[in-house]
Amino acid sequence: MSIDREDVKRIAELARLEIPEDRIERTARELSAVLDYAAALRRLDLEGCEPTVFAGLGAAGPAPLRADALDDVRRLTPETALAAAPEHEDDAFLVPPVVENLNP
Amino acid sequence: MAYEAVIGLECHIQLATVSKMFCGCPAEFGARPNSNVCPVCLGLPGALPVTNREAIDAAIRLGLALGSTIRDVSVFARKHYFYPDMPKNYQITQYDRPLCEGGALPVRIGDATRSFALIRVHAEEDTGKSFHPERHGDRQVSRVDFNRAGVPLLELVTQPVFREPAECAAFLTALRRLVRWLGISEGDMEKGHLRCDANVSIRPAGTQALGTKSELKNLNSIKGVEKGITAEIARQERVLASGGTIEQATLLYDADHDKLAVMRSKEHAHDYRYFPEPDLPQLAVDAAWLAAARERLAELPWTRAERFAAEYGLPAYDAGVLCDQRELADYFEEVVKEADPKKVSNWIMTEMLRHLKATQRGVSDWARNVPPHHFAFIIRSVETAQATATSAKSVLDEVFANGGDPASIYAERGIRARSSSDELLPLVRAAIEENPGPVAQYLGGKTATLGFLVGQVMKKSGGQAVPQTVKDLLEAELARRAAAR
Repeated sequence: MSIDREDVKRIAELARLEIPEDRIERTARELSAVLDYAAALRRLDLEGCEPTVFAGLGAAGPAPLRADALDDVRRLTPETALAAAPEHEDDAFLVPPVVENLNP
Repeated sequence: MAYEAVIGLECHIQLATVSKMFCGCPAEFGARPNSNVCPVCLGLPGALPVTNREAIDAAIRLGLALGSTIRDVSVFARKHYFYPDMPKNYQITQYDRPLCEGGALPVRIGDATRSFALIRVHAEEDTGKSFHPERHGDRQVSRVDFNRAGVPLLELVTQPVFREPAECAAFLTALRRLVRWLGISEGDMEKGHLRCDANVSIRPAGTQALGTKSELKNLNSIKGVEKGITAEIARQERVLASGGTIEQATLLYDADHDKLAVMRSKEHAHDYRYFPEPDLPQLAVDAAWLAAARERLAELPWTRAERFAAEYGLPAYDAGVLCDQRELADYFEEVVKEADPKKVSNWIMTEMLRHLKATQRGVSDWARNVPPHHFAFIIRSVETAQATATSAKSVLDEVFANGGDPASIYAERGIRARSSSDELLPLVRAAIEENPGPVAQYLGGKTATLGFLVGQVMKKSGGQAVPQTVKDLLEAELARRAAAR
């Protein structure tokens, strides 16, 4: 399995990563090596095996759930929430202009 | 060439839970900006989500109501995209193993019920809220409030089953009724509790292959959905008619100007790099949970409407109106214990709903002032000729406004239906004496004037005279005078 230059550029764009031109070849080789490593699994006969999503799930059990109740201990004040933001004003984060309602 | 439209809807339902989907922050609306936030919903490093059981229960109940298959094991996934109102740069949602699959929503359109098939209903989290860009020094910025980030949402996706914009509007109306009926959401589109995107394509009428679709957003009222889709179908028809091709695109609908704006063509459409959310083990729903959710479901609106029609002998239209809101259906069933079903239905549809519409109040406001047995008393008083409809309605108006026991109001005012000629004849004669003009018209052959004279007598009786008796007496008295002339 192999990842080429175009794949690297596309993945970088989707992930908003900047990969310099002279690193693209190397990144392609590294990502390909990761896929090749996992490809060893293809040699197993998995006919009739339910895919698992998480390793060790059987031991861990299903997700714990919480009651629909407020947790005021972990809540932050607006001041704390905004403290690390690059920019904020009047209880709001300031961000580059957003066209509303474009969420997928 | 004649085209037909193929439309599918994606609806987002904001759940009315106390807390958010994956943390214990309040899910309420209208708090101080960025005050309902914590490390989880702000996406701070190391914070771990824990799923709100009640939100999943709401999804299960909606799924059961729609006849969907509820997965015993479903999986949360990360959907990646970059947008400033989404703190984590991914949204926790469900992808290849959603909680509910299949099912359909029955929708009454005209005299028929149509069932619109669904692909899925899954649970996810809302984004924060960004505000219109504004000037800030020498550049534009947007303000973001993360109070809404992480509020529980259900996404419901239909099959591409709609052909007409009006069907979409009817579907949304029925969906709104259902989520309110189940008590899982306030379902108000204008407030964003219920949101809708539409996938719209057109094809030559009678063909099977699907055309290229566009995704229509910003449809924030049921009317807006219908108008927006209508506008988009017209736009696509114009493009094809002029020899162009439809490009896959996202469009925003501007309801104020009934205009569409193309926002972006989707180059990397649906490349959200989904993968299973590693912070959340899979979601298990066992038989006991399903049984408990089914127990909470109670009777569904369409089942109840059918029962109302069968059990109480009501027309389908009446049954549909009464089952539009669960509180109203409950109220009807209380009143009907003590009064005739069709009469109760009439009084509810004409008097009660008119009052509620005029005063912008709800069924519970009504029931507080007019408990079911008081309403039944008023309705019965007309049926047993204890009072005229006119006086009964005026007492009802008063009880709705101020509360009180209608029986004592009747007693205080001496309200009764007056039908004896001894009582009414003097009023009839007085009305005739006082209105020589109309009387002359009537005698001259303009019999429609009788209604006016009946009204005059009713007024003199304080609304207590039985109209039919008044009419009979007036006719007899006028005939007598005509003969005497």
